[in-house]
Amino acid sequence: MSFLELQQLKKVFPDGTEAVKGIDLHAEAGEFVVLLGPSGCGKTTTLRMIAGLEMPTSGRIAIAGRNVTMLRPSERDVGFVFQFYALYPHLSVAQNIGFPLEAAGVRRAERDERVRAVARSMGLLPLLECYPRQLSGGDQQRVSLARAVVRHPAIFLMDEPLGTLDADQRLEMREFIRGRQQEMKVTTIYVTHDQEEAMSLADRIVVMQGGTICQAGPAAEVYDDPASLFVANFVGSPGMNFIPGHVRAHGGRCVFMPDRAQTPIPLKASIAPGPATLGIRPEFLHASPQGPISGTVVMNEYQGSFRSIHIDAGFTGTIAMRAGESSRLQPGQKIRLDLDAAHARFFDTQSGRRIGHAI
Amino acid sequence: MLHRVSLDVNADELVVVLGPTGAGKTTLLRTIAGLQTPHEGRVLLGAADVTGTSPAARDVAIVFQDFSLYPNWTVRANLEFPLRAPGHALRLAEINNRVEWAAGILKITHLLDRKSQKLSGGEMQRVAIGRAIVRRPRVFLMDEPLTNLDAKLREALRLELVCLRRELKTPMLFVTHDQVEALSMGDRVVVLSEGRILQTGTPEDIYRRPASPVVARQIGQPAINLLNVRREDGRWKTSGGVAVAEARESHPAEKAIIGVRPEDVACTGGEHPAAVRVVEAIGPAKVLLADWAGCEIHVLAPATMAVQPGDRIFPRANPDRIVVWNCE
Repeated sequence: MSFLELQQLKKVFPDGTEAVKGIDLHAEAGEFVVLLGPSGCGKTTTLRMIAGLEMPTSGRIAIAGRNVTMLRPSERDVGFVFQFYALYPHLSVAQNIGFPLEAAGVRRAERDERVRAVARSMGLLPLLECYPRQLSGGDQQRVSLARAVVRHPAIFLMDEPLGTLDADQRLEMREFIRGRQQEMKVTTIYVTHDQEEAMSLADRIVVMQGGTICQAGPAAEVYDDPASLFVANFVGSPGMNFIPGHVRAHGGRCVFMPDRAQTPIPLKASIAPGPATLGIRPEFLHASPQGPISGTVVMNEYQGSFRSIHIDAGFTGTIAMRAGESSRLQPGQKIRLDLDAAHARFFDTQSGRRIGHAI
Repeated sequence: MLHRVSLDVNADELVVVLGPTGAGKTTLLRTIAGLQTPHEGRVLLGAADVTGTSPAARDVAIVFQDFSLYPNWTVRANLEFPLRAPGHALRLAEINNRVEWAAGILKITHLLDRKSQKLSGGEMQRVAIGRAIVRRPRVFLMDEPLTNLDAKLREALRLELVCLRRELKTPMLFVTHDQVEALSMGDRVVVLSEGRILQTGTPEDIYRRPASPVVARQIGQPAINLLNVRREDGRWKTSGGVAVAEARESHPAEKAIIGVRPEDVACTGGEHPAAVRVVEAIGPAKVLLADWAGCEIHVLAPATMAVQPGDRIFPRANPDRIVVWNCE
C-alpha cells in the first residue's frame, strides 16, 4: 500500500461543475509528486481534498494506511503551503513559524527550540524578529514553508508556492524546496501550471486535464513518451509540434504523408496505415534544403542559449524549431525542414491518444 | 521612484523594460501614460512635449496585468468603450468596423456578445489588448500583461503580441519581470533596478555582454555562474584554487568576478573535479548543480548525458564566453 492513496476521488461543486471526475492516484513515502495542468483542470481541488479543505463528493483518501476522508484538516497531519504566503502580518517571523505549534499546545520552551532549528535549516535565523512586510516575496515564502515544516507533518501539500515570486527568486526557491524535500524525505504533493517547474522538481508528474489524469510518470517519460496530444503539447516549451496526415505503406516501408500534400516522410517503424498526427519536439527538427516540410518563418525568438524559430507550414498553429543561438532566420523567410524520424511520435487524430512507438 | 531615466523608443520598435518588483517599471509606464507627473524631466511623444498634458490628450493605450475589464459588460461593450469616450466621437459605423477588426485580429469575434466575467484569463487578456488596439493609439504601454496567465498561454500570447505589433507598426513599451519575455520579445531590452537603468541593448547584448554582475543575474535561466577570482600566476583562480581562465595582462585588476553561463561550461576537459549535487532533467537538457572546490556551479548538460548526484565532473568554462568584471 502506498503512503498516500486516492481512490475514485470525485468532486462536484454545488453549481454542478465536475471539478474532479473520480481519479486514482498514489504517492510513495518520500516521493515528490507534481500535479500539472492548466487552470480548471482539477489539480488544486484535488490538493484541497487531500488537505481536508474541500470534502469529496465520493471516493476515499488514505494517508499512511489511515482513512482520512472524513477527517478535519487539523486531524490529517498535513502541512500546507499556499501561493499567497498567508502569513500573519502582525506577527513576527518567529511567531508565524511557531503558530502551528502554539495552536497544538506545544510548550513555550520546546516551541522556541523547534522554531530556531527550522529557521536555521532554512537560513531564516537573521530574520526571526522581522515582520512579513519587511521581507521580500522569496523570504516570505520561505517563512510559510518553515511554518509548514515545523510541525513535522506526514505529508506536504503545496499549491503553486512559486506563483507570485519574481522569476529569479522562483528559480532559487525551486532548488531550495527540492533540496529540503530530499533532505527531509517528506512525501510532497505539489500543484503547478508551469511544466518546467514540474519537470525540475518531480519524482513523478501527474498531468491533469478536465478533472481527469492524462498521464503519470517520471518527467523524462512524460516528455519523451507523452500519452496524448494534450500532454505532448502541454509539456515542453514550446510544446511538441503536430503535423496531421496519413501513414501509408510505400515499397515495404512506412511513410508519413502530411496533409496539404508535401513530400512523404520515411519512418523507422511500422505503424498501421491510416490517418494519424505526427508529433515531433522542436529539438528534433532542423533546416534542410531537401526537407519534406516547407514553410515561412513567422518569428525568431531569442532565448539566450538557443532560439525558437516559429514557422507557418500551413498546419493549424505554427511549427517550432529549436535552433542555435546564432541563427539569423528572419520573419518572412522561406524554409524547408527535416525531422529526426527516430523521435517522431504518432497520435490518433480523432481521440488524441498515442498510437505507436517509432523506435 | 525613478532616478534620471533616459529612454528612447523608435517608431517601429518593441522595447522591453525588465526589472524585479519595485524596480520602478510601473511608475515609468504611468509617467509616460500621464497617470503620474514626474518631478523632473520630460516625456516626448513624436516630437511634442506631453509632460504637462492629460492622459487622454496623449493618445497612448495601456494594458494592465489584471485586465481591468468591466465585468458586467459584454466583450463588445468593453471594446467600444474607448471609442465612445469624449473627444473620440466616432460614427457608429466606424465604431463597429474597428471593434470587428480588433476582434478578428485577436480571434475573439465569437465572444463579442459574452459578458466579460464569463471569460477565461487568456480570453480576458485578449479583450484587454483589443481595447487598446481599437483606438489605434500612437504608443502601446504594456504592464506585465502576461503575468497572470498560465505558463502555456503566456507562451502563445507572447508570440501573438509580437506579430500583432509588427502588423500594426506601433511602438510598444512592454514591462515585465520575466527574463524569457524580455529576451524573446524585445527589439531592445532596458534593465531597470531601483529606479535606475543599468543597461540598454539588444537581447543578445544583455545576455552575452551584461554590463555588471547584477544585470547578468537578472537574465538567463538557469542563472549565470558568478565566481569571485584572484589573479595568480597569470590565471584567474577561485578561493578554492580552481583556475577558471587565463588572466590577460590587459586586465589591470587583481581581483575580479567571472561570469559564465551554464551552457558555456563543459562537463569535461577541466583540471579540477566537481561533485554533482543536484540533477534536474528539464526536457531537452539537464541542469547540474555541482560543488567546485567550495563554490557552486550550474552546468547545462545534454539530456542524453548519464549523470547522477555524487558523480564527478571536470567543469571547463569556455574561455571565449566568459565575462570578467573588475572587482576594485
